[in-house]
Amino acid sequence: MPASTQTNGLRQNLQGNHACAVAAIAAGCRFYAGYPITPSSEVAERMAVELPKVGGAFIQMEDEIASMGAVIGASMGGVKAMTATSGPGFSLKQENLGYAAMVEAPCVVINVMRGGPSTGMPTRPSQGDLMQARWGTHGDHPIVVLTPASVAEAYRQTIRAFNLSERLRTPVIVLLDEVIAHLVETVDIARADPMQRVDRTWASEPPETFRPYAASADGVPAMPRPGDGYRSHTTGLTHGPSGFPTQKPAEVTAAMTRLLGKIDRHRDIVDSVETTGCEDAEVLVVAVGIVARAARRAVDQAQERGIRAGLFRPITLWPFPEAQFRQLDDRVRAILVPEMNAGQLCLEVERLSGRRTRIGRINRIDGEPIDPDAILSAIEELARHG
Amino acid sequence: MDDAIDTALEPCAGAAATTAPSDFDIRDYLRTELLPHFMCPGCGHGIALRALLWAVHELGIAKDRLAVVTGIGCSGRTGAYIDANTFHTTHGRPLAFATGLALARPDLEVVVITGDGDCLAIGGNHLIHACRRNLDMTCLMLNNEIYGMTGGQVSPTTGADRLTTTTPSGNTEPVFDACALAAAAGAGLVGRGMTLQTPALKNLIRDAIAHRGFSFVEVISDCTEIFGRKNDLGSSPEMILRQKSAMRPEFYGNVVDQPFRPNAMKTGILARTDRPEYGDAYRAATAAAGASR
Ligand SMILES: Cc1ncc(C[n+]2csc(CCOP(=O)(O)OP(=O)(O)O)c2C)c(N)n1
Ligand code: SF4
Repeated sequence: MPASTQTNGLRQNLQGNHACAVAAIAAGCRFYAGYPITPSSEVAERMAVELPKVGGAFIQMEDEIASMGAVIGASMGGVKAMTATSGPGFSLKQENLGYAAMVEAPCVVINVMRGGPSTGMPTRPSQGDLMQARWGTHGDHPIVVLTPASVAEAYRQTIRAFNLSERLRTPVIVLLDEVIAHLVETVDIARADPMQRVDRTWASEPPETFRPYAASADGVPAMPRPGDGYRSHTTGLTHGPSGFPTQKPAEVTAAMTRLLGKIDRHRDIVDSVETTGCEDAEVLVVAVGIVARAARRAVDQAQERGIRAGLFRPITLWPFPEAQFRQLDDRVRAILVPEMNAGQLCLEVERLSGRRTRIGRINRIDGEPIDPDAILSAIEELARHG
Repeated sequence: MDDAIDTALEPCAGAAATTAPSDFDIRDYLRTELLPHFMCPGCGHGIALRALLWAVHELGIAKDRLAVVTGIGCSGRTGAYIDANTFHTTHGRPLAFATGLALARPDLEVVVITGDGDCLAIGGNHLIHACRRNLDMTCLMLNNEIYGMTGGQVSPTTGADRLTTTTPSGNTEPVFDACALAAAAGAGLVGRGMTLQTPALKNLIRDAIAHRGFSFVEVISDCTEIFGRKNDLGSSPEMILRQKSAMRPEFYGNVVDQPFRPNAMKTGILARTDRPEYGDAYRAATAAAGASR
């Protein structure tokens, strides 16, 4: 299949999946390992074309476990690396995702959600992996998850994923709806590109005194590059500042506290939300991805009908923008959570919301997107009774 | 007993060292501050480690350029003692991690240390595809016929009727001939060595690292504490001597001119092909795309 690309200066018509690939190259990604799965395969196909042009390497591995391993291997070697997958493949990556979080290997995983569980509905949209993205691997672990709502945003958020990943030395997941992955929209690369490209901080102190996991002022240690003289040890076993395993409770606590806290320490660059009409909203819609686009339209229509409605769209889904949400929650009378699953985002909203706020839901689990009309009627209903 | 051990330790054909053992001080290659190591007395994994580092020494590989990727198991823990760039990854996946590392950083010398369970059970698929691809790296599979780290469960290499904690009535599963598997899957170099003959093993590993392509070396190791104890095989020297009678350690040969014939008893280089190395082939095939950038 030819790439659905039409070059027109720096504006391009791109499919969402291709936008992720092109953005990865712009962000400095030079290694891709993956295994084909609908609806994400076009990311791999485009990377296979683009990487050789910039001296990078593409490899189709034997499965998703191997792909995630190879991506981490390349990252530990000092090269920015990415993989892309969908539900079942994402599940297979989870053990190694935990490893990446533990050894603090920067890497980006695109997960184009499809219906599940199991092989589910490969070509139908779903938002069933919101919680898998947060909690899929075992153990308490830090993670950053971004949820674009358009092709242009898939481009921008993929670049941002690399930047956050390098800055915080953590895996970053880009959660895409199938609708956006296969939608063709115009991406203004000229506007997106000037985003600063962030590279991890390389270890530079004398090897004799270097401790690979020393707690630096900002919680993110400098990374040793093989060949630079550090000869450090990397292990998924719980390790202290030296990088070697420890089971001493005090050392384990310190190491895990730093690991779990490092993203929170940088909420200023991690958090991102889009809010529309929230200043005086009585009914707040909380939605992500393609559903948020339908919600934006519904909110506009509700306002035209005199209902004070607002949209709260976490672009960074995890960590959830709690502070921004709580501010609004204190003011609104009702919240509506439309999502293409049986109620995953709603769990987080319920956790954070005050008891007096009424919470309505729309859950579509039939492989069809939620349309603006359904959201509009639910807003009207909540405005009447909320 | 002692006489028998002395005889067994006489150098065998092909075992001639290009460096005298005295030229090589293993402590130059170890993170000595981590000693003592965790391995049980008599464990063959330590000898395998020695052979590897001796080979690295003979090849003159700078420690800074050496990357050792290990899986999970007693075999996987050996990497931490090596004064190099060491990566202790997930169970069964070291070849996958190493593939990314070696492809992204062709300037590094990548060596994988894995166990029989790590490599052939959970990691079996990665092994056959690593052999098929022929990316330049060396895989040492330390075969002690058992899952050591988890306390002695059956492995794909456990012999017939052997007692393990999960085969209390004796093993009924057939064993893998890992070298036959690797050769069939297309590994560039396939060899088998024993801890009994460290110089021969060192030579084999040296040739494996020097070979451009994917090299697979099975090291016949011994888990004295668990496998030996459970099956009444005596102390470590007795276990190793039994291996000698079962294997053909005199053979450190060059079989390049012969087709590979599966024989789980043979040691030495069992297969060698000069197929294109994966990284070279990839870079050559995509060079035109790069030129247009
Ligand atoms: C996914 C996963 N499954 C199981 C384990 C438990 N485990 C740790 S080591 C090991 C077996 C190791 O055996 P082998 O590879 O033969 O190495 P040895 O310890 O004998 O050297 C197993 C099953 C694990 N760590 N991860
Ligand atoms: S349990 Fe067995 S394999 Fe593990 S260190 Fe002890 S002797 Fe070696």
